[in-house]
Amino acid sequence: MWELIRANKRKSIFLFLTMGIILILLGYVIGTIVYPERGGYLGVVIAFSIWVLMSIISFFSGSKILLAISHAKEVKPDVHPVLFNVVEEMKIASGLPYLPKIYIINEEAPNAFATGYNPENASIAVTSGLLVKLNRDELQGVVAHEIAHIFNRDIQFMTIAGIMLGSIVLISQIFLRSMIYSGGRRYHSGSKGGQAQIILIVIAIFFAVLAPIAAQLLYFAVSRKREYLADATSVRFTRYPEGLASALEKLSQNTSELSVANKVTAGMYIVNPLKKKGLRLSDLSNTHPPISERIKILRNIAGGVGYSEYQNAFNQIKGNHSPIIPASGLKEFGHIDFRESKLETKTENTLVQNKRILGDLMMTVNSYQFYSCACGLKIKIPPDFKHNNVECPRCGTSHAL
Amino acid sequence: MMSALIILVIGLLLVIVLIGMYNSLIRLRNAVQNAWSQIDVQLKRRHDLIPNLIESVKGYMVHEKSVLENITKYRSAALEANNIGDISKAESALTGALGQLKIAMENYPDLKANQNFLALQEELSSTENKISFSRQNYNDQVMLYNNKIQMFPSNIIASMFNFKSSEFFEIEDNTEREVPKVSFN
Repeated sequence: MWELIRANKRKSIFLFLTMGIILILLGYVIGTIVYPERGGYLGVVIAFSIWVLMSIISFFSGSKILLAISHAKEVKPDVHPVLFNVVEEMKIASGLPYLPKIYIINEEAPNAFATGYNPENASIAVTSGLLVKLNRDELQGVVAHEIAHIFNRDIQFMTIAGIMLGSIVLISQIFLRSMIYSGGRRYHSGSKGGQAQIILIVIAIFFAVLAPIAAQLLYFAVSRKREYLADATSVRFTRYPEGLASALEKLSQNTSELSVANKVTAGMYIVNPLKKKGLRLSDLSNTHPPISERIKILRNIAGGVGYSEYQNAFNQIKGNHSPIIPASGLKEFGHIDFRESKLETKTENTLVQNKRILGDLMMTVNSYQFYSCACGLKIKIPPDFKHNNVECPRCGTSHAL
Repeated sequence: MMSALIILVIGLLLVIVLIGMYNSLIRLRNAVQNAWSQIDVQLKRRHDLIPNLIESVKGYMVHEKSVLENITKYRSAALEANNIGDISKAESALTGALGQLKIAMENYPDLKANQNFLALQEELSSTENKISFSRQNYNDQVMLYNNKIQMFPSNIIASMFNFKSSEFFEIEDNTEREVPKVSFN
């Protein structure tokens, strides 16, 4: 598996170089437009400093920012012991040295993501809807997928690539906006002016529009591949593809939108949290591979749960042979067997029951206290409740807290 | 002069490659040892949970005395075992006995309504999972390590520095696969 991580790193470096070249070119072209004499180099320096600055910010507080945007709350084991157990189980299966920090997002839409700069400081966030809708095996599949992102160093890659993409978008936005507001007048009021200058400006605008799109397509292409790879790794950890497959099925049936997600964070989640509105863009701009395809591949795995079996199933479903798993990764492990479901057959909750459990869980995350009255009512006490006594709203008995 | 330089460069490269192989062997061996200690941690945790479990079910499960006694017996056998073979034998017997207890619990609805007991049961079944996942990880690491030791060219370094292949943590499934006896009367 070290081979696999190394192969991933090599690919990442290629991506970073390409994005770096786009960044430098963008800086150079814009710089030349602003100060035709020696502006090109200045532009490169400015573009580079923007990137360095953003990298520093992301290194020290990138995941904190992402978690805060997503309204994720760090929780203690007693809020949801099963979640903690499942995360620890998968941490053990992966052999990672540290337990990731665990966050819950109070949202009904089931989803999850992992973030962090390295495996030592990683975090996993799941929505409370996920915890309510999935059974233990399915939850294990999803958590294993997130641990796989940490294990394959995807979180690191996504953060760095995301920052580069962000810098490119930022620089081109600043340039394009200043062009619009100044009408481009400021830039050719000086020396020669004329036709050559106008052509140069047109090229610059063209480039500033195109660069972010190119970088984005590159980023999406790699991110889609990483999703497949994380699925394969997840299966290797749990030895039970059906768990993840049936979890993805439940996630795809969800109709509520995750309101805390936006275009920037959408790529981190296990399934796309944003519902498609109106016209559908081409597959090139999707951050995620289609869920139905991922499910089909998982259900088509036969003869074992190693990487090579996943690759075979992938080839069968997709009908092409683009390698998801580097050849060195395929060879590393021999045959790995399936395991049986460990789950005790449990009756699924009804919708009403689920709603109640979800409500209780959301309150627990917000550190509400629960108090069971003798009449059977569960009294929910908010964290800022100041009195020493509480009266049961149904039977009127007074309880000391 | 030129040829001497070439020989020097080739020699230097060879040394670097050999050092790399040696280091990766060390890294893999440490990973195996670390994975083993992970299993150990989880087994200890299970041993610690068992007295609590027996204590909380004893009152309810008066008819399952033999199952409870077996669990206690295998637990102390596991505590005394001290090589990989004995440990895996005792631990798989313990896993089997706990499995029987789990099946027997189905007959005691009072037990399943007890919140403390349910929490304890989640703790125990998660520990079972952790044991099997740490065993899985250990075996993965052993496979990587053993492959490296046996395959060319790293096998040369391995035999030079006396790296020995590790034992897999096998589980005897006889007890686990045993079909529980169900009687309808």
